[in-house]
Amino acid sequence: MSFVEYGDTIKDGDTAIVFLGHESMFPVKVQHGTVTQTKYGVIRHSTDLIGKKYGSKVTCSKGGWVFILHPTPELWTMNLPHRTQILYSTDISIITMMLELKPGSIVCESGTGSGSLSHALIRTVAPTGHLYTVEFHQQRAEKAREEFREHGVEHLVTVTNQDVCKNGFGVSNIADAVFLDIPSPWEAIGHAKSALKAEGGRICSFSPCIEQVQRTCLAMEEYGFTEINTLEILLRVYNVRTISLQIPDLGKAAEDNSSSGFDSSNPSQQSSPCANLQQGTVQFKSGVPLREVVGHTGYLTFATKSLV
Amino acid sequence: TARKLLQPSREWQNPWAQPGLFPWQKIIFEKQWFYLDNAIGHIYGTTFEVTNGGNLQPKQEVEETTTETKEAGTDNRNIVDDGKSQKLTHDDIKALKDKGIKGQEIVQQLIENSTTFRDKTEFAQDKYIKKKKKKYEAIITIVKPSTRILSTMYYAREPGKINHLRYDTLAQMLTLGNIHAGTKMIVMETCAGLVLGAVMERMGGYGSIIQMYPGGGPVRAATSCFGFPKAFFDNLHEFPLSKVQSLLCGTFSAEPEEIPLLEEESNGLSEEKQQETEEEPAAETTMEMNPAEEQDTMDIGAEEVEFKENKEKENKENVREKQIKQWERRKKLKEAAALLREKDADGLIVASKFHPTPLLLSLLEFVAPSRPFVVYCQYKEPLLDCYTKLRERGGVINLKLSESWLRNYQVLPDRSHPKLTMSGGGGYLLSGITVILEQGRNPEVLKVEEPSSKRCKLQDLPC
Repeated sequence: MSFVEYGDTIKDGDTAIVFLGHESMFPVKVQHGTVTQTKYGVIRHSTDLIGKKYGSKVTCSKGGWVFILHPTPELWTMNLPHRTQILYSTDISIITMMLELKPGSIVCESGTGSGSLSHALIRTVAPTGHLYTVEFHQQRAEKAREEFREHGVEHLVTVTNQDVCKNGFGVSNIADAVFLDIPSPWEAIGHAKSALKAEGGRICSFSPCIEQVQRTCLAMEEYGFTEINTLEILLRVYNVRTISLQIPDLGKAAEDNSSSGFDSSNPSQQSSPCANLQQGTVQFKSGVPLREVVGHTGYLTFATKSLV
Repeated sequence: TARKLLQPSREWQNPWAQPGLFPWQKIIFEKQWFYLDNAIGHIYGTTFEVTNGGNLQPKQEVEETTTETKEAGTDNRNIVDDGKSQKLTHDDIKALKDKGIKGQEIVQQLIENSTTFRDKTEFAQDKYIKKKKKKYEAIITIVKPSTRILSTMYYAREPGKINHLRYDTLAQMLTLGNIHAGTKMIVMETCAGLVLGAVMERMGGYGSIIQMYPGGGPVRAATSCFGFPKAFFDNLHEFPLSKVQSLLCGTFSAEPEEIPLLEEESNGLSEEKQQETEEEPAAETTMEMNPAEEQDTMDIGAEEVEFKENKEKENKENVREKQIKQWERRKKLKEAAALLREKDADGLIVASKFHPTPLLLSLLEFVAPSRPFVVYCQYKEPLLDCYTKLRERGGVINLKLSESWLRNYQVLPDRSHPKLTMSGGGGYLLSGITVILEQGRNPEVLKVEEPSSKRCKLQDLPC
């Protein structure tokens, strides 16, 4: 197992995802002789996990069962231990595309935070690219290093513990793209520019507040970035539900003369495949929006380093 | 540092012209036309001015000349729209253009001849200049193709060709599908080859792709605009949708009579034609073309008598060539079939004009357990059906129906706000993860079926 290479079977030392059903899951470090507690009972790693195929159903000691999944950066984002606020897959997707990342890209990132975006970036630039990630918080930097090692991607990433606003990324003229998720990104635009390749590249800054965005845009302009573009992306998830709606009883116009209009006594004319005449209901499938959703994560500002 | 230079055909292509374009070809874009000759040798991102003869001239950075008089109004109370504020007439402007006056100067003249310009606020003046510049200055920038460029361009200019797949939705697909180097992906799309190109870009030539196609051949018009190195196509396979059922039940054969004989592979004419006749099923279009081409070859034999021998020889060579091509095609088909038969693909990406349910139900058979899949559909309802049918089938978890919402912003000091218009919708995605499908009844259905209590609640909602 590695976060950049699929494997078929679960091995000692892997990080696997235990899927309990309905968005409920957690990561587990697979180790001989270890047991993991779930609400369905105990999972014994030696007998229940190691040697089994990813995607297998595993029956726990109380008779309940779970699925064991191969880790992906997206599953990791949903399950990682939070040390900071993290970026989720919706923002990560547009960041990856707008920064034009692909295998072989060299990317600079700051801060590392909990490593949610880092894992996704590493996945995309592997096997020939590299991520330089800068985190000013020492423990967070160490923890990230440890995770990258456990996830088999340490050869694709360099974690540096320093303040990007003061000391930059520690590299110059090598990056295809720079990503900033720091409180005052405008202070790091100059460092970002010098980290980017001489012939140019892309930059992205993520900020929750519009005031931060304004200052960042000014700084980008000042440093000669072009194509400056700010956007916001949100995910709308729909629950798939079967819904029954009652048909109102409007009485009858006249005896047996009820062919016009929306009438429960004439189900063949209705668009729904299942209308229940007896109960006077119509059933249909609907995508129902969630009652409450994330309404704001942050503004994403993209720009291009000019060639001049 | 090694700067990337423009190359005539492989590196740079105009997506709206035929792929494999030559520098001396005339490019027509909106009201502009120009030749690319002068662009060759310049770095990507260079901005050019189009001269009168359609030649490109690298644009010199000039300081804004319009800032001499910083006279501006405070608001628009005195500005009346009577259509008389511009003293230059259409004919005047045309005369200026015919004289070969540069766009920049025309804009300057327009400003000087506008009676209201000085009363406009500073912001309104900027807006006016920007608008006129866009209209009169013939400026183009040549950029390197990428998924970002091509997907935003297709969505803005030809959304019908890509089933209205918005670029951020495509971005979600690439991430949700965990597309990366070294994987084996199945791609089924009718988006002119844009989705295929995006997947190829993310795989960087590592791994393999099997493109499932409807009709006579795969469409890769947009794919060829990415300027991929040739090696990227070595591990790109294609397999006809019409043979999926036979492959699944073990009756598949790569017999020659089933394969369209003279069909051009993956490029050129067949694609262009398919693109143009979008409403028609792809199969018909290709079928139409084949007999015509076949006729051409057969006509050769019936040439004048004196050339008969030569012609016969040529014909034989033709036949032989045909046989070789046929044999190669059959070999490729067999290879693609073998790849699918392993049933160990690392993911499935679907973005088509077809109903997603039958595609998913059959193509998921080729995907290994614990791998992601993503289906795009322009409409929500088919995905509701697909969701339900996949639940009934089992072997999939973490099903999620979603849509992304995208808003662009104007950011200016003290004048930041969302742009006035935004896209109303960029299509819907259904994503999930495969798991080992157990034979017989699938208890998964019982566990994650929609909660009955909620169903009751919804039923009670007064709608």
